[in-house]
Amino acid sequence: MTATETKAGDKRPGQKVMTMLEAITDALRTEMQNDDRVVVFGEDVGKKGGVFGATMGLHEQFGEQRCFDTPLSECGIVGTAVGMAVYGLRPVAEIQFLDFIYPAFDQIVSEAAKMRYRSGGEYTCPMVIRSPYGGGIRGGHYHSQSSEAYFCHTPGLKVVIPSTPADAKGLLISSIRDEDPVVFLEPKRIYRHGKGDVPLGEHVVALGKARIARAGNDVTILCYGAMVPVCEQAADAVAGRSIEILDLRTLVPLDEQAVVDSVRKTGRCVIVQEAPKTCGYGAELAAIVAEKCIEYLEGPVVRVTGFDTPFPYALEHLYMPDSKRVLAGIDKTFHW
Amino acid sequence: MSDLLTIIEHDGKAQKGKDPNLPASELQQLYRLLVTTRLLDERGLAMQRQGRIGFYLQSTGQEASHLGAAYALKASDWLFPAYRQPGILLLRGVDLDQIVCEWLGNSGDTSKGRQMPVHYSFRQANFVSISSPIGTQLSHATGAGMAAKIRGDDTVFMTFCGDGGTSSNDFHSGLNFAGVYKAPVVFVVENNGWAISVPCAQQTASESLAIKAQAYGMPGVRVDGNDLLAVYRVCRQAVDRARAGEGPTLVESVTYRMASHSSSDDAARYRDAKQYEAWKQKDPIARFQAYLKHKKLWDPAFEAEVVDTAKARIAAAVERAEARPAMTPDTLFDDVYMNLTPQLAEQRQQLRELMQQGGVGADVGHFPL
Repeated sequence: MTATETKAGDKRPGQKVMTMLEAITDALRTEMQNDDRVVVFGEDVGKKGGVFGATMGLHEQFGEQRCFDTPLSECGIVGTAVGMAVYGLRPVAEIQFLDFIYPAFDQIVSEAAKMRYRSGGEYTCPMVIRSPYGGGIRGGHYHSQSSEAYFCHTPGLKVVIPSTPADAKGLLISSIRDEDPVVFLEPKRIYRHGKGDVPLGEHVVALGKARIARAGNDVTILCYGAMVPVCEQAADAVAGRSIEILDLRTLVPLDEQAVVDSVRKTGRCVIVQEAPKTCGYGAELAAIVAEKCIEYLEGPVVRVTGFDTPFPYALEHLYMPDSKRVLAGIDKTFHW
Repeated sequence: MSDLLTIIEHDGKAQKGKDPNLPASELQQLYRLLVTTRLLDERGLAMQRQGRIGFYLQSTGQEASHLGAAYALKASDWLFPAYRQPGILLLRGVDLDQIVCEWLGNSGDTSKGRQMPVHYSFRQANFVSISSPIGTQLSHATGAGMAAKIRGDDTVFMTFCGDGGTSSNDFHSGLNFAGVYKAPVVFVVENNGWAISVPCAQQTASESLAIKAQAYGMPGVRVDGNDLLAVYRVCRQAVDRARAGEGPTLVESVTYRMASHSSSDDAARYRDAKQYEAWKQKDPIARFQAYLKHKKLWDPAFEAEVVDTAKARIAAAVERAEARPAMTPDTLFDDVYMNLTPQLAEQRQQLRELMQQGGVGADVGHFPL
């Protein structure tokens, strides 16, 4: 686990303070320059540059062939991306909101995820589906959901979620270079918050490696995406205990060793996700901790999650885990 | 729209001015492919009935439709097939052994036993892996066509679905995107009358399937799918058009599913025998045979040679394929990703250890239930 990694032999790149959105645009621009097989497309990603601006300037710079608008059809966006990938391009398809991805579910689950396996490795599907996801923007249930678990449950897909601008760039570049389909989920709540230093030019963060966002000894918090800053806020508020925060960054394949090492060290584990509780990704983490750390545990594994309701509009602030709920979760691992 | 383009009359004569006049050797080779495809199909079903393979999907009655269509392509062109175009594999030189190994899912299967029988993938033939969900390949063909345009290749893409497939999401998405981006794609809808037990009239209220092309800004052509020359002629025009950068075409090839949907289905339960008998009179192989006979390219001796050769080749392929070993257990975990993830490595190890203890995997599933 390292915070960021740059390719060996590279000259030390300069840094620039960016938002996560700017870092994502920078990643796309970098890879479009590096590799002319990379094409970027989706609804409104061309001239407009995306509804959040993630593809701003790419159409102008690379032209209509490399960055273009599509008809309003997620099924078509992902279906054509599969065909492009099979033929030899590196498509990066944007789904405007993760909540709208369901018409493409068949293409993702039945086609992209299975192409390599079902053809015995003859055909592959190296493509990225980028999509803003998650709550905290008062978007109601069709602009806020965290449905990462559906994709994590599908062998053949990788699932990546950054929580910092530098990681967003490095992980997106790795995802585009990956030989397998990657669902790259962008926590839109922190698209423009929490600016950070981002290396210019070449910057790669390996998939499958978690990041210790904060080192500690008493409790491990497992989290990802927009929950990372929430957990950091909670850790700041804890007095007298040392909290370790593990930012998973890649949900599939998970850096299981990092999870196990941390929980064995601290003996306590809180899992934080904004998705609904039942069968969420946190359930998988809890099971891994139960299977591999049981003799090290000094308290129950605690999940802090969204509720098993559709994502609400007016009561969003009660639905989303906040630092208070994370604190209560930490407390439960000591008092049970 | 009800006009059906036909070339070979029922007496075997080609309509005036429409005969593509393919060389005699090519015509005889096409006949050989038609017959071999039919015989391979009969053998596949027989092997399923004998319990030697788990499942089979026949293409009987549709041989001329898909062979005529694919014959219009160059070898470098790509196919995104559905599951009733096996003749294309023979046309593109795929070894019969490899086909039978796919049915068996053994170590000779290029797909490594990952799919049910007849879901072929042959990269050597630019024949992209078939999936069971209906219509998904239509969008893939469009995407590949868009990719070829972006790269400046002159590859043409042909994709197939049935009449049922025209109701799928991807029929709309695939054709809509192809129209917008002028993708070099030929969409061949093999209207065989039935989607398992649902007749075409219940798929759509459109007066035809070809007419749907109008909604996507591309030409739609309706052709007699049991007339190899007619399908070839229409598809050749569509392929040339695509290669010239003029965009996609929808071809409705009107044919008939002479067999049941699959080895698990019994069409007699929902289909009028009279309909079957009527279509049997329009058998595409007999039709092409009559054409060859008219051209003096067919006689009983040629027929005997074609049939005997095909049967012998199929029998030998089955014998060799059945002698191949099964897939090894470790391959279960390969090709999920390019590299084995730590999780898959751990699961593979767990299976290895359980297998060493013995008894694991004794309960083999059977299909059909």
